[in-house]
Amino acid sequence: MSTNPHLTWNVVHDLSEVLEYHFMVNALEAGSVVAVMAGVLGWLMVLRRETFAGHTLSMMAFPGASGAALIGVGAAWGYFVFCVAGALAIGRSASGGRRSRSEQPAGTGAVQAGALGLGFLFVSLYGGVLGDLENLLFGTFLGISDGQVLVLAGVAAASLVVLAALARPLLFASVDADVASARGVPVRALGVVFLVLLGLAVAATSQVTGVLLVFALLVMPAASAQALTARVGLSLALTVAIGLAVVWLGLGIAYFSTYPAGFFVTSIAFAVYVIVRVGVWVKGASRRDQRLSGQPPAGGVIA
Amino acid sequence: MPAVELSGAAVRLGGRTIWSGVDVAVGDGEFVAVLGGNGSGKSTLLKAVLGVLPLAAGGLSVLGRPAGRENARIGYLPQRRSFDSGTRLRGSDVVRLGLDGDRWGLPLPLPGRFASSRRQASARVREVIELAGAGEYADRPIGELSGGEQQRLLIAQALVRRPQLLLLDEPLDSLDLPNQAVVAALVGDICREEGVAVVLVAHDVNPLLPYLDRVVYLAGGHAVAGPVEQVITGETLTRLYGLPVEVLKASDGRLVVVGQPEAPAHHHDRHEHVH
Repeated sequence: MSTNPHLTWNVVHDLSEVLEYHFMVNALEAGSVVAVMAGVLGWLMVLRRETFAGHTLSMMAFPGASGAALIGVGAAWGYFVFCVAGALAIGRSASGGRRSRSEQPAGTGAVQAGALGLGFLFVSLYGGVLGDLENLLFGTFLGISDGQVLVLAGVAAASLVVLAALARPLLFASVDADVASARGVPVRALGVVFLVLLGLAVAATSQVTGVLLVFALLVMPAASAQALTARVGLSLALTVAIGLAVVWLGLGIAYFSTYPAGFFVTSIAFAVYVIVRVGVWVKGASRRDQRLSGQPPAGGVIA
Repeated sequence: MPAVELSGAAVRLGGRTIWSGVDVAVGDGEFVAVLGGNGSGKSTLLKAVLGVLPLAAGGLSVLGRPAGRENARIGYLPQRRSFDSGTRLRGSDVVRLGLDGDRWGLPLPLPGRFASSRRQASARVREVIELAGAGEYADRPIGELSGGEQQRLLIAQALVRRPQLLLLDEPLDSLDLPNQAVVAALVGDICREEGVAVVLVAHDVNPLLPYLDRVVYLAGGHAVAGPVEQVITGETLTRLYGLPVEVLKASDGRLVVVGQPEAPAHHHDRHEHVH
């Protein structure tokens, strides 16, 4: 940036200044794509209690990026290949036992440890310093190419189409596996397909936010929305809205600031989550008080 | 035509015979309880009827066909504790999944006859929730409901497709005594008014006594089936267990089985408490 941008009171002027820069447009486009994709898949991940699997998948970016550097291909290839392979490995480790859900964390942890070890090996084989280590960890919001935006959009569109086709049986299997399987829903296969889709979302998101900040878009919008409402459609819409707002606000503030975009995106997502939790807690406490004092609760149960 | 008919049936799991020589017939619209101690194979019986577990010997017909063929006409409520308190889904959503949760694709907002079929689906969900007496709390997150409230919604879910046969695996388990009585009465009413045959697995027969047509008692790898007053007697159970068993009748009609190897009164220790 040659000139230091200043925030003025003219919002239209500020906005048009931000959008004059191609790298900012790309950042907003890529950020929006991953906010939608990570939001929807993260929503199911939170509902299925597979956050640890999501965390493990984000760690796959380390062997992915270092492996790609080692054989000299683009880092994106490494991200996608390793995240999908990791998803299949977690899926396999979960399908061993009869009560698969409860056995998953140990198997998932094993996959994570193995992958990180592999990444370490790749780094030492590569010899040199992995130049983009900071990018790997904290993302490259402001260095996204046109090609990357296209790849992200393609992967996101394909994943969401598959997800739409599987939507109801996947939801059924996620909350009510026994009854779903009695109804002929292939619960186990859906679990593996979901992990692969989650792997793609994580691979896409971590290219933008970095490995360590994936949960800003994968967990926090979904967790905030689910705390606010139990209506499926509304909850999903809120997740996407929060994700988009977080990305746009974070990037917008970062443009006029000297601090990194990843910091703002993550902090805003965290702030939203905290405000929602506190709000729900306060509302619940006041409802309990009313019940204790014998008054009927004021309308609007959070449902 | 009986809803369920087992003849000389046997099930083997991991090389061990769970039960054998079981003859049971459940008539249309009948209410039958499956009783017996832990590990006597009560849930196994339901899984065999669903066709999930194959028989090692004998015959089994369900709604006039081999087991597993008519599962669309069966409502099944598996044994479970409850939904986790963090499950952020409404009770009515869980019931709705019982109606069309196994369909692929998204329910799109389409005009014309699709819209009317969607209205019918919502109406059916409402109707079955009212039937189960769960209308008051069906729109609250299911994880926040009590065990009894969840159980009513799950019974609604099992009923939503108008099944001809309900298989309920310990629906009274983990409920307090008043709720056991309420849920037993609900199942009894549904059986009589909707003409649904019910096979209900239970530890304790007492909450069910006013509604039962017959019981199946599983013990020692065998089964006795018949009316309560013929099956739950000292003589029959002594023969079944091969041990001296006494049945005491309290003045209010409650039955107490004394002397069977595994006292059902202790079963609550195994289960988590439900708030």
